[in-house]
Amino acid sequence: MPEFTKLIHKYLRHEKKFPHVWCPGCGNGIVLGALIRAIDRTGFSKDEIVLVSGIGCSGRMSVYVDFNTLHTTHGRALTFATGIKLANPRLQVIVVMGDGDATAIGGNHFIHAARRNLNLTALIINNQIYGMTGGQYSPTTPLGALSSTSLYGNLEQPFAIAELAVAAGAAWVGRSTVYHASHLDQLIETAIRKKGFAVVEIISHCHTQYGRKNKMGGPADMLRWQKEVAVRLEKAQTMTPEQLRGKITIGILTDRDLPSYTREYRKIQQAAQAALKGGG
Amino acid sequence: MSDTGRVMLLQGNEAVVEGALAAGCRFFAGYPITPATEISEVMSVRLPAVGGVFIQMEDEIASLGAVIGASLAGAKAMTATSGPGFSLMQENLGFAVIAEVPCVIVNVMRGGPSTGLPTHVSQGDVQQARWGTHGDHPIIVLAPATTRECFDLTVLAFNLSEKFRIPVILLSDEVVAHTREKITLPHPREVEVVERLKPTMPPEWYIPYEDTPRGVPPMASFGDGYRYHVTGLIHDVRGFPTERPDEIVPFLDRLFRKIHQHLHEICRVEEFLTEEADLLVVAYGSVARSAKRAVREARARGVKAGLVRLITLWPFPRRWLEPHLRRVRAVLVPELNRGQISREVSRINQGLTRVEKLNRIDGRLLTPEEILGRLMKM
Repeated sequence: MPEFTKLIHKYLRHEKKFPHVWCPGCGNGIVLGALIRAIDRTGFSKDEIVLVSGIGCSGRMSVYVDFNTLHTTHGRALTFATGIKLANPRLQVIVVMGDGDATAIGGNHFIHAARRNLNLTALIINNQIYGMTGGQYSPTTPLGALSSTSLYGNLEQPFAIAELAVAAGAAWVGRSTVYHASHLDQLIETAIRKKGFAVVEIISHCHTQYGRKNKMGGPADMLRWQKEVAVRLEKAQTMTPEQLRGKITIGILTDRDLPSYTREYRKIQQAAQAALKGGG
Repeated sequence: MSDTGRVMLLQGNEAVVEGALAAGCRFFAGYPITPATEISEVMSVRLPAVGGVFIQMEDEIASLGAVIGASLAGAKAMTATSGPGFSLMQENLGFAVIAEVPCVIVNVMRGGPSTGLPTHVSQGDVQQARWGTHGDHPIIVLAPATTRECFDLTVLAFNLSEKFRIPVILLSDEVVAHTREKITLPHPREVEVVERLKPTMPPEWYIPYEDTPRGVPPMASFGDGYRYHVTGLIHDVRGFPTERPDEIVPFLDRLFRKIHQHLHEICRVEEFLTEEADLLVVAYGSVARSAKRAVREARARGVKAGLVRLITLWPFPRRWLEPHLRRVRAVLVPELNRGQISREVSRINQGLTRVEKLNRIDGRLLTPEEILGRLMKM
């Protein structure tokens, strides 16, 4: 039996969950595969993992996997994850969001989760569009791009999600694409192992809603586009701003050791309990 | 607890914290807002001392999100806010209803709409507490009138929430929250505390949203070894999204049934001088204290007045009120809004008696004299 088939049998839910809701050729399946491979390599048991998701196509990922799973409200996944982690720090909490989910409606929660630095892993699948609702422009839709609510061309500057996470104070930030699947496996594994708030921005494609309107072709063409625009961070550092125009850097943007929230809070609990006993 | 079993001088907000801790609350997430902030402040000091967790979130949406997450991980969890924050919580409140996640939400009512009258009392959120989140849903709302009741009803709110897997709203108001009174905190042994029903069967037998005679399925915590799915979508008995009519209807029916078949455990009223009363006052929260005084004074003047004080606002204690409506000459409903509970009293009255309103919307409390004055004219 191929290795990955064994992982499918081990980690995907068997009863009543398939077929999934994603279009044929969607990048979400590649992300799901990478996530499962990464979790398997970290050695965490299925009971220790909580997969929290937001709303949108990516939000459905939590339905299909055999962990403790939570499909929250739109944009709020990180807030639910915060409560889970604080109530039971032994749980390994992984949050899957889309670009609109994490940086539009959930943008405030995202930057605060980054600065707060709980030990959470945030995967943001950035396909530059609201796919499930029919292709409206999101905070990461490029300038000038067409969507069902920007048929005259998008007027808004896009967010660079990974850079936003770095600026907001995340302990660890990486970016890859669904084309670079094995690179993605490694990034997700490293993010899960990282003690602190770790963000993986995953450039994906929505050929159904974004590719079609912007004449970028089908899934294979859009994967090829990811291959062409992606530049490893190490190489990007040797390139000029002109050479980097239109490119997406992939790799680890930041990796810093910050105090663990739950460990620091444990100290507060111990001090408060000692004071209570002392005060008798 | 060193503070229990002792006589203390507390304000309502502080008594809420004492009640929550006595009920086993070990997680609080909140956002500063007048007139509820003291609950956050005291929680931030007290929770770590009992091994619990306090966190101040970026807004009230996040606060209730964190509370729901903590509850799913097994903690008894609470948040506290006032009108503007309560508006923000409506989204995740609906999630807690549909996913049946126990949690307690304190709303210390202030004048609205919008920023309104931040430091003044109101009872303007009574209907919002019932219908604020979208979709047809059940809810439990309790309204304390005294500092001692802030303690007792917070305990009850947790107990009902854990027992029926439903968010419970403690609908306090600025006067109740900030009035300092002497109270005797009961000894922990005297406080009845309910724990949520947990699954005892092997994980492979666990059906997380299976119907039971009580309508409340046992709830596993994340990490207990029962891996299951929790969602805000309509779901089947296994917790997975469904669009099948034969699964949607039984699910929604059960959400309502688990509350409506237990009204006797949920609905509470206090009756004061109602025997042989021919004038009935129906009041709740801080106004009920003015009403009680007014009823006593009316009796002293020979008017046969009585008071039904609503402790449970929702589900509305219809069965407890109807016998009085059949008997009395008239009903007076004093409240600090334009008539949110009088509307409900009129709705169930159906011509049985005459229902009159007495309202204040200027951020000031209705006085006993105002209520007495009206009673003497009725």
